[in-house]
Order: sequence, then C-alpha cells, then structure tokens
Amino acid sequence: MLLDISNLTVKYPSRHGEFTALKDVTLTLEAGEILGLVGESGAGKSTVGNAVIGLLAKPGFVDHGRITLTGQQLVGRPEPEMELLRGARVGMIFQDPMTSLNPLETVGWQLCETIMLHKHCTRRAARTHAIDMMESVGIRDAGERFDHYPHQFSGGMRQRVVIALAICGDPDVIIADEPTTALDVSVQSTILDLLRTICRERGVGMILVTHDMGVIAEVADRVAVMYRGEVVEVGKTREILTAPQHKYTQSLISAVPRADVKIERFPLISYIEDAGTPDLARLKARWTKPKGAQSDIALSVRDMSVEFITQRAWTGRKSKVFRAVQSVSFDIPRGTTLGIVGESGSGKSTIARTIAGIYQPAEGEVTLNGMSLTKASTRDAKLRRRDLQMIFQDPYSSLNARMRVQQIIAEPILFQKGRAARDEAMRTADDLLDIVGLGGAAGRKFPHEFSGGQRQRISIARALATGANFIICDEPTSALDVSIQAQLLNLLKDLQQELGLTLLFISHDLPVVRQMCDRVCVMKKGVIVEQQETEQLFASPQHAYSQQLLALAPKLLR
Amino acid sequence: MFKSFSHFLQSDLVYNFTRSRVAVGSAVVALLIIAASMLAPVLSPQNPFDLMSLDIMESNLPPAWESGGDPKFLLGTDDQGRDMLSATLYGLRISLIIGVLSVALSLLVGVTLGLVSGYLGGIVDTLIMRVADVQLSFPAILIALIVDGAFRILLDKEMHDRAAIYVIILAIAASGWVQYARTVRSCVLSEKGKEYVEAARIIGLGPVLIMVRHILPNVMGPVFVVATLHIAMAIIIEATLSFLGLGLPPTTPSLGTLIRTGNEYLFSGDWWITIFPGAALMIFSLSVNLFGDWLRDAMNPKLL
Repeated sequence: MLLDISNLTVKYPSRHGEFTALKDVTLTLEAGEILGLVGESGAGKSTVGNAVIGLLAKPGFVDHGRITLTGQQLVGRPEPEMELLRGARVGMIFQDPMTSLNPLETVGWQLCETIMLHKHCTRRAARTHAIDMMESVGIRDAGERFDHYPHQFSGGMRQRVVIALAICGDPDVIIADEPTTALDVSVQSTILDLLRTICRERGVGMILVTHDMGVIAEVADRVAVMYRGEVVEVGKTREILTAPQHKYTQSLISAVPRADVKIERFPLISYIEDAGTPDLARLKARWTKPKGAQSDIALSVRDMSVEFITQRAWTGRKSKVFRAVQSVSFDIPRGTTLGIVGESGSGKSTIARTIAGIYQPAEGEVTLNGMSLTKASTRDAKLRRRDLQMIFQDPYSSLNARMRVQQIIAEPILFQKGRAARDEAMRTADDLLDIVGLGGAAGRKFPHEFSGGQRQRISIARALATGANFIICDEPTSALDVSIQAQLLNLLKDLQQELGLTLLFISHDLPVVRQMCDRVCVMKKGVIVEQQETEQLFASPQHAYSQQLLALAPKLLR
Repeated sequence: MFKSFSHFLQSDLVYNFTRSRVAVGSAVVALLIIAASMLAPVLSPQNPFDLMSLDIMESNLPPAWESGGDPKFLLGTDDQGRDMLSATLYGLRISLIIGVLSVALSLLVGVTLGLVSGYLGGIVDTLIMRVADVQLSFPAILIALIVDGAFRILLDKEMHDRAAIYVIILAIAASGWVQYARTVRSCVLSEKGKEYVEAARIIGLGPVLIMVRHILPNVMGPVFVVATLHIAMAIIIEATLSFLGLGLPPTTPSLGTLIRTGNEYLFSGDWWITIFPGAALMIFSLSVNLFGDWLRDAMNPKLL
C-alpha cells in the first residue's frame, strides 16, 4: 500500500468553538492508481490533500489519526523533515495555473530550481532533466520554451508546466486539487489524459480532488465521496456512478444535469441543504396577474449589435471599437425559455445587459411585450423595462451587503409605488421569501448570513417582486454546487410553470441548457452560429462549432 | 437600532479588537484623554480663560513636586500665572474640537466628491481628480498657511482672533479632503462594477439613489480608517500652525499655542510650560494613530 490514511481528524479552532473539518477519514491509495475525491464545497476534500502534504491552513491541526506513506508516519513530523518530503515524495498540482507559477521567473528556471533542490545536481544536468520533463508532459519545442515566462504560455500549457513541476522530484504520490476547474472543456480532456498517462507510466498514486462528477468518470479508478468532513462511500468508479449506496451519493449523482436526456425535474435532491419547498398554491393565488392583451412574443431582438470603445480618441471617429455582439436576432415566445450558450467572451452576457438597459446597442431593435425599447425615450424605455428583471451569476456580489434581505426585495416595489406602499411592500417581501423556500423570517437577516444557493433564491425573489414576467438569468447557477444548482433549476421551472414567466437563460454549461431551455442559440465571438430547438440541437447539431461543443461536454457514463 | 448594535458587538471586528492589546490600550488612552478634555471645566482647578483669576505673582512656578512648587498648581504655571494642568486640559479640548470638526468637514467634501467622481466618471471625474492632484502637490501646512494668510488680510486683527478657530478648521479641511476623495473614488470604481449595482439600475433607480443608498454604505469602511488617522494628523497640523503663531491667539490657547509660549522659556529652565502640553499632544496622537493602524489592518489589509 502506497498511502494509508486512517481515522484522520482535522479541527479548526475558532471563536465559535472548534470546527471539525475532517472526521475519521480513512482512505488508501495504491501505486499507479487514481483515487477521485468528490464532494461539494466545504466537504473537506481539499483539507485531505493539505493534511497529506502537511500544509494545513492555520489554525487548523490534526487532532488524531495517521497518514502513512510507504510505512512512514507523516502526522506530527517536524517541519524541516516535511520540507524534504514535499516535492520529493509528495507532489502537488493546484487549481489555477495562472497563479501557481511565479510570473517573474522563466518556466525553465522554476523547474531547474526544483530539480536541483531534490536531486542535488549541477545546473547543466538540471536543465537537461527539465527539458525532458517538459517534453514528457507534452510541451513541444521544450528547448526553446525553456526560457519563456509563464505569461507566454496558454492556460492549458501552464497547467502542463505545473504538472511537470509536480513530477520532476519523482514523487510517489501526487495530489491534484481541482486541476482542470480553471480550464476550458476542450483543454480539460487533454490534461486529464496526461494525468492518467503519468500515473500509469510512472506508477504514481494520485489523489484527484474535484467537485465535478464528469472529471471523476473520465479518469478515476476509485472514488471516495465526501460529505461534511466524512467519507460516506468509497468504491470503484463505475459502481459508485451506476449503483450508489449512500443516500447522499444518490442525490449528488441525480443532481448532475445530463446532456443526453431531458428530464422534467431533478429528483432526490432534498438530502443536501434544507431549503424548503416553494408554496406553489399561494404563489398561484397571489402572484398570477392577468396582463391584458399582449403579443405572443415576449421579447424580440432584431439585428442588434453592441460596441465597446477600447481606445478613445479626441475625435470620435478615430476611436477604436470592439464589436462584442454582431447583429444578432431572436424571438422568445411568451412562457418559454431561450438559452444562449457559448464560451467566455462570446458576448452572451453583453446581450443580457443590453436588453436590460445597462449597455446601449449600437444598432438594431429590442422589443419587449410588443413595445420597442430602443425606439423610445429614455423615460419610456425605463417604464417599459419594468416587466423585465435579471438574476446574476455571482450570489456574493449581486446583493447589497449593507441592506437587510427584506429591504433588498422591497426596494423595487417601493421604487415603483412610492413610500406609501411601505407596509404592502414589506408584506410582499416576506411572502416572496416564503415562496422561494426561505421563510418570511429570513427577511430580517443580512445577505452574508445565507449560503450561495440561498442568496440566489433571494435574487429570484427580488426579480419577482414587481411582478416582472420576463427574467434574464445570467449563469444563475455556475457558482453553485450541483445539488444546489438542481434545487434552483427546479425552483425556476416551478415558477415559470405557475407564473408563465419568459426566461432568457445564459450558460456555458450544455447539460444545464438542455434541461432548462426550449430553444438554444449557440454563440461564438459575438455571432449566433446556430439557433435551434433544444432537442434538435442536441440530436443533430448543424454548425461545426456546436458539434465541437457537444462532443467536449463531460459525460457521466459512457 | 438596538438589534443592529448587538449585531455590531458580535462582529469579528469587535472580537478582534478585544483580542488586540495594542488596540484596546490605545483606545483606552485616547478615550481617557478625550473624556478628560471634554470634562475640562469640571476637572481643572482654574479657568485659564478667565484673566481675572490669574495672578502675575504666581507666574513661572515649577510643578508641585519640585522645590519652589505650589501644591495649588500641580503641573506648575506659565508666564501669566496660568495653572498648566488647566491650560493643558482646555488646550486639549480646543485642539480636539478643531481636529474633529476639520476632519468632519474634509470627510463631507471628500466623500461627496469622490463618490460623484467615481460613479459618473468621464469629464467630471477628470476635473475633480486633477484639482485633487494639484491640491496634493502642495504640502498640507502650506495650504493651511495660505488659507490662514488670506483671512488675515481680509479680516482685521480682532475679527481674526475671534474667527481664528473657524479659519483654522477650514484651512486643515482644505488640505485634507483629497485623501478621502481618492480613497472613496477607488472604492466606488470597484463597487460600481458589482452586480448589486447593476441590479439597482435594472430596477430603475437613478444615479443619486444608487450612489447614496447602495454604494455609499459599502465604501464607508476605509473612510473611517482614513478619518481616524486624519484626526491625529489634523491635531498635529493645528499645533504646528499655532506654534508658528498662525493659529489660535494666546488668550484661548490650544496645545500648539501653549507649546510656543513655553518654548520661549525652555532654555531658562522653565521646562514644564512646554513639556506638559507637548506630552499631551504626543500621547494623544500616538494612541489615536495606533488605534487607526489597527483599524486599517482589521478592516482590510489590502486597502490604503
């Protein structure tokens, strides 16, 4: 046995008493094996890795338990000895290749430094070895790239350098902490292949920490599922994915959105966070309001382009402009959901913000409920936009930290109806909190007292407060764990069904889009390359880019 | 109100405060000095402003424990027979009032300009920030000298003596607002891009409401840090101006005025006239600065 962790318990003392980050964690790792460590944020998966390498964040400490590396006990070893072990016996790969390399030193020098430290060899020998290492992790022209600085490498290439750094001391164990989370999907699969090859060829044992079931399915031999500091289930990857035993694992796997089929609602997700179910009957009674005669098309966008000035010149004409969105057109029928997918920088969020009135379009027309937003005075456009609200990506910055939740939700109502409606607004806010499953008492608290998923519920309540019937969701779940994401998507679907909401759903995550949307626009560099019914797009994508995106999407089971 | 106060008591800030010896120590010293100066009319044995109660025969007496000292005057007397303890307490009071008011004035001006400049951007921002840059290229003392000099020309001597305290507040505020404007502007620039501000815009709120209700409460943290450090700074500037004879007249002495009068007697051996007000000034500004440093580290180590 290569690495043996038994009854590892890690505690963090704090002013509110001791917090147990790991509770009797027992794991084993064989040479040449990849052990996937999966769980949601706060489950303690990174803490396991940090404990093995002896780098627990202060003031955390190992309360009891053993970590044995080929018979050597690691817990309680003095710091100088741990320093010798790090790199030589245990290597580490971090999440973000942008920050785990020193930007002021060449890549080659960083490798040589590590090699010289562990192998006590000359500079010349270290250089040869470093170039070998770079070649073995798939960096072409290694001799030439040796003298390049980190910023001259792409994200994927940088992660290769980090991997080379981790293996250049010939470690027995590598701990990879979310090694592909910061990378695009297309790069992700090549890095995972590389990790797998390294383990096989060098006989290195790897602990792969990740929140992504897709990554686990792709490379891990065995999986340990963690929940609130405990390992709830360990087993062969295939067995865990197809026949999970523990309730938590079951709910975690059922919450992963699937790209292959559309399901009505995510099942079995109540295990994770107590959020309460929305009170749909009340919702229907109080919140469905007849909206007069309106067109069947909720939102229509015609040839819309958006430009940003990247370099301002004295005379307007010479300014350099960047066209973020290039004459896009789409319609969203009332009560349906349109998805926009694309990689980062493709202009998805710009479309959302232009419709919401934060940016002005350079040309084109936007029509909401049959009334033009672009061919109206600022005042009229503002009034017409009252039917439109937005839910943002980042649950931590989208709520004002200095206001109570009730004030946050009541604010749009007060703004539209004036101070006189104060009591009514407060009551409505409490009601809405009930409806989104938080309970009216939540209104007295501040945003920081809620988790990310709960904050997104508050955002939804705020969006509904004025009775808006068109809601833009800009990556509403990409900052959340899968189980919370599943709950939130269920909530959005429930609300849409009961209130007849029209949604514009922006995401980079194809499986999520498949579950949520009726129609999908695929965007690349500001242009819609394909617009299609969801089912049709996933069955037979027409454009080469859509095909590529679909092929790269992680699959849970193959 | 009560609830938000108990919230505050449970916050990490208060918790960290109680765990830091430097912070608690400096806060206690500063509060004691503030309390003593505010209670000056009660605590001090003599009213140093009341010229009738002074006796020229009792001038330049050493502190009570020195030979020739009078137990009536614990810290001795100055050249006009004023009790140094009373004079120092009253001087502290005037210095403190000037410090707090000038900080309040520059805070008001600086925060408003910084908020507007950061939120509106464009030509407004350029204008305000260039004025701030020009302002920053003069030393604070020089600006205070210019303001004070201008008023000296405009007002006659008696008027000026009466208006001296307001002139000096204005002079210190005029040199201090830049720091607030810059701090607030940089905070606003980072807050402006956050999604809660976009959410407010989508609700339809206008720029004034967004600035006051949403952005302002979120940028006040660093402002309090700047203000704390600025109070000590303002008191020192005031003392410097008064020491140079540009501040308050000897009839209503601030710490600086006391130090100046005492300075003339320092080499004739009457050290107490200048040392006691000087020590009061030093201890107070040191404790406020220590507290301000702690506050800065506790609230956001990255800022400032």
